[in-house]
Order: sequence, then C-alpha cells, then structure tokens
Amino acid sequence: MTTSVRFRVLRVMLLAAFAVFFFGPLLAMLDFSTRGAGGGRSWDAWANLVQDPELRSAIVTSLLLAVFTVVLSLVLLVPTMIWVRLRVPWAGRLLESLCLLPLTIPALVIVVGITNVYQWVTYLLGDSALNLTFVYVVLVLPYAYRSLDSALSSIDAATLSEAARSLGAGWFTVIGRIIVPNIWTGVLSAAFISVALVLGEFTVASLLNYNNMQVVINLLGKSDANTSVAASLAALVFAFVLLMLLSFVGRSRRDAEGA
Amino acid sequence: MSTVVRTTTEGAVAFRGLHRHYGEVRALDGLDLDLAPGEMVVLLGPSGCGKTTALRILAGLDVADSGSVLVNGKDITHVPANKRGMGMVFQAYSLFPHLTVAENVAFGLKLRGDDRRKRAARAGEMLELVGLSEHGNRYASQLSGGQQQRVALARALAIEPAVLLLDEPLSALDAKVRVQLRDEIRRVQLEVGTTTLFVTHDQEEALAVADRVGVMNNGRLDQVAPPTELYARPATRFVAEFVGLSNRLRAEVDGAGATVLGGRIPLLEGSLDHGTGMALVRPEAVSITPSGEANARVVAVAFLGPFSRVQCRLEDGQIILAQVPSSAAMHLAQDQPVQVDVQADAVLVVED
Repeated sequence: MTTSVRFRVLRVMLLAAFAVFFFGPLLAMLDFSTRGAGGGRSWDAWANLVQDPELRSAIVTSLLLAVFTVVLSLVLLVPTMIWVRLRVPWAGRLLESLCLLPLTIPALVIVVGITNVYQWVTYLLGDSALNLTFVYVVLVLPYAYRSLDSALSSIDAATLSEAARSLGAGWFTVIGRIIVPNIWTGVLSAAFISVALVLGEFTVASLLNYNNMQVVINLLGKSDANTSVAASLAALVFAFVLLMLLSFVGRSRRDAEGA
Repeated sequence: MSTVVRTTTEGAVAFRGLHRHYGEVRALDGLDLDLAPGEMVVLLGPSGCGKTTALRILAGLDVADSGSVLVNGKDITHVPANKRGMGMVFQAYSLFPHLTVAENVAFGLKLRGDDRRKRAARAGEMLELVGLSEHGNRYASQLSGGQQQRVALARALAIEPAVLLLDEPLSALDAKVRVQLRDEIRRVQLEVGTTTLFVTHDQEEALAVADRVGVMNNGRLDQVAPPTELYARPATRFVAEFVGLSNRLRAEVDGAGATVLGGRIPLLEGSLDHGTGMALVRPEAVSITPSGEANARVVAVAFLGPFSRVQCRLEDGQIILAQVPSSAAMHLAQDQPVQVDVQADAVLVVED
C-alpha cells in the first residue's frame, strides 16, 4: 500500500468514526421521538411541538429571546468595539476583559447575583420570560466579542475610516457603510453563535423561574419523553443548520472577493 | 488623452505656527509653510521629523496644540475632516474591500449627493486619468499594489479636492513600480492642477516630483526650495547631509571663500565666516585625474551604470567619494595614485 492510499483509508475511517459519534445520538433521538404505540412509527411527538400550547409558547419565547439577544448584543457591541478600536485604543484591553468576564463566572453565581437586579427589571418591565434577554446578552458577550474582534483585526479599520472621512463620510457612515460591511462575516458568526447559545440555555432560565424551551423540554421529559426528545432534536438541528449557513456565507464572500 | 478633466479648485494652503506634542516628543515645533495654488510641495525628512503630522493636521485627522491652518485664506483649523474636501492617498492600501474599483472612486461623489449618471461618468473619467478604465468592476483584492494606489489617487481626485494629500503613497511598493507611479502621480497632478502636499522620506522621490521641497528636521522646516536649489545650495548642514551624498572635507575659511584641497571655492550663505571647518561637497563636484602628481589613491570603484562612484583615500587619511562617468572610471585600478580636486560653484562650510 502506498502512503497516499494509506492516508485515504485512514481519512475515510476517521470520517466514519466521527459520523457514528456525531450522527449516532441524533439518529437515536429521531428513532425514539418517532416511536408509536405497539412498535409502529408515529409523528405525534413532532406534531406536539406546535400543538402542545405550553411547548409551543416556550419555543416562541426562546426564538424571540434569540432574536432580541442578537439584536441587543450587536447594537451594543458593534459600535462600541469599532469606536474603541478607532478612537480609544487604550481601552481595548479593558473592553476585552469586561466582555470575557462572563466566561469565568459560573451561571449559578451569575444567577445569585442577578436575582436582585431582576426584581427591578420585573418591576419596571413586567414579568415576562423575554426579560431573560438582558442576562443572555451578558452570557453571549464573550463569544460575540471574539467573533467581532477577529473580524475587526482582519481589516485595517483605522486607514479605511480615515479614507472614508477624507471623502466626506461622518462617523455613522464610516461605521455603517465602511466598517460593518467589511466585518459582516464576524457579525453573522456572532449572531449565529448567540442564537445557538440562547436556544440551548437552561440553567439561568430555570433558576430564575422562567419557561424557555429547554426548561419546558426538561419538564416534558418527565411526562412525555418522546416530545421532549423531538424538541431537543429540532433545536439541535436548527443550531446546526445555522452554523453550516455561517460557514457557507463566509466561504462565498471570500470567493466573491477572489482572495 | 481625449477626456477633458475638469480642473479642480486650486487651494492656497498656509500653515501658521503649528505646534504638536505627543507627550515629551515634539512632532511639530512651530511649522510655517505656504503652498501656492496648483503647486506640489513635498515634505521630506527622516521618520519622526513631523512631516506626516503636518499632513494629518491639514487633513483634519490630527489636531494641532496651537497654530492654524488656512485654505484660500479661510481658517479651517477646527473644521472636521469630513467637511474639509481634501483628497488623500495613504501609505497603507485603503480601498474599501467590499466595493468595486468604480464604486470606490464614486464613494465620495455618492456622499455629496451626485446622481448615479454623474457618478458613473466622473468615476470613468478618473479611472481613465490613471489608466485603469478596464478595471472598474474588479475588487481591490484583484489588483496589484501599484494599481490599488492609482485607484486611491483617482478616488481622492474624484471629489475635486481643494488640496491633494499624499502620505508616503509609494513606500509599500517595490522599486520599479515606485518610480513608474511617482512619475504618474506628477503627470496627473500637473494635468488636473490640484495643489498637492506630498510626504516622503525618500529624497529621490521628493526631488523628482516637487515644485518645491521642504526638508523637515525635529518638527521644523530647515529649508523650502525648488529641488535644484535645495541640492546645489543647501541652507543647513542637515539639509546638505540628508539630501544627496556629501563628502566632509577639512576647509580653511577666510573672507568670502574656503580653501578645500588647495582650491578656492566661494561660500554658501550659512557657512562659517572664519577658521577651520568641514566643507560639504557633492561627489559629482569631485574630479579625478590619473596623473603623476597625485594627492590620493583609489580605494574602490562601484559601477552604477552610466556613472561610477570612486572611493579615494587622501594623503591625510580622509576618505573622499567622487562620482565620475563610467567611461573614465573603467581605467582606474585599485591603489592607483590620482589627483583629486573639488570643482564646486559654492560650498557650505560648517563647524566640525
């Protein structure tokens, strides 16, 4: 056997092992969630995703939370990071450590600390699971920061903005029409990772007594395991599709620029 | 060229007593400079001399601690960069990567509200001016460095700037492209007639394109003069040594002249008025005669194409460089005795 053939065999074997490892549980979940009474196949559990009022509203809540978290975190982070990079570079380190801080604090500790704050939030905004947006923005900060930071590092933001300024662009134009389009892959990846994180979040919602998708899936698991597994699988596949989309978007942009 | 390029508004620029400190470092220490409408002035100096700071203050990208900047008599010291109407080309590649070449050139026009047809026409005109008409639909990543800087030039000129600012636009390019683009920039500037401030540390570049060159040293202008005058009549020791090569030869000064290697040469303004000093002599003002009566020996000959640079050691041990036609230098051998003379119209003699 030549080296190249050996490599190819090894590659196929590795791929197969990875596929079993990765798809095995997913297939098992699909199998379990479609088991009907008396050994037949049934899509009842999947139908429950939209028919069970509690689960349906939890899914809607989680999707809305994902959208709000993405919007709020990007609105906060994108202009701040660009501004810091262009105008107050000495604050870069400070911003970085602030953004990475949530990684080092266990969710449990965050919840204990945040409960008092949330009494005010509920007092001001009413008691809604969507209030979780605020704590989720904090949780996704490290990931969003990393994505945006690496995108910003890949362009010469200072020179591009100076060029745009000399051509008559104000700061809003510089950020909106020059910098953001050039860090768009970073913005997308921040958004998709945030979505995946929010859809999978259980601890904080559960401890703060809000019903998001994962909390309801967990509750359902005790009474209707099939539906809870169907919901988990749907959430996983959704997040997976998002990440796939992300890598395709990144690739097609690079192709378009012919780099 | 068939297209008639509209002449841009020619701005007269004046720097008045500019000071700029970065902590302890004095980047600008009282800079005064005037640019006549349509003139190209090159600021030349070593890194850290303040030339880029001066340009960035004119662009509005940096702020002076004190002093003012005037364009056509109007004080623009406190006008933000995006309201100044200055076209700028940067040292780093600065094309917007997400826009095509044509969109890049039209960017400034779009911001000021020109309609689509007008933008396209002007962008086409500008790309033709820099010889890149065929490349309008490409992206920056598909262009060479030299092409990118030409597009950047077209983009800067598209907005009909009052002043064109060039911040070391050639230093990222390789030698051959640098010379080509340098001449191209001068051609375009003469064609459109825009007042231009060009900043560089490359003296050859400065001498080749400028109407006047300003040599900067420690935040001040040592001399502002047309290239030929700057070269032939340097005002200070720094200028003489920074621009071109200079021999440093012992000289005796008395009255209006200096004695260098036994010959009498008139003094330039700014020289010592008496005593012993160092005469700064260009290599091309040094002649070499292979003869019996010799005052030096050949150390080495460097062939530079049409000219050769000959290094000689004088009897007292001083080394002197001479630039002579290669046809004359090819007969020189190492260690050959030669007669070295200085044949300058005038010479700057400074304290040793």
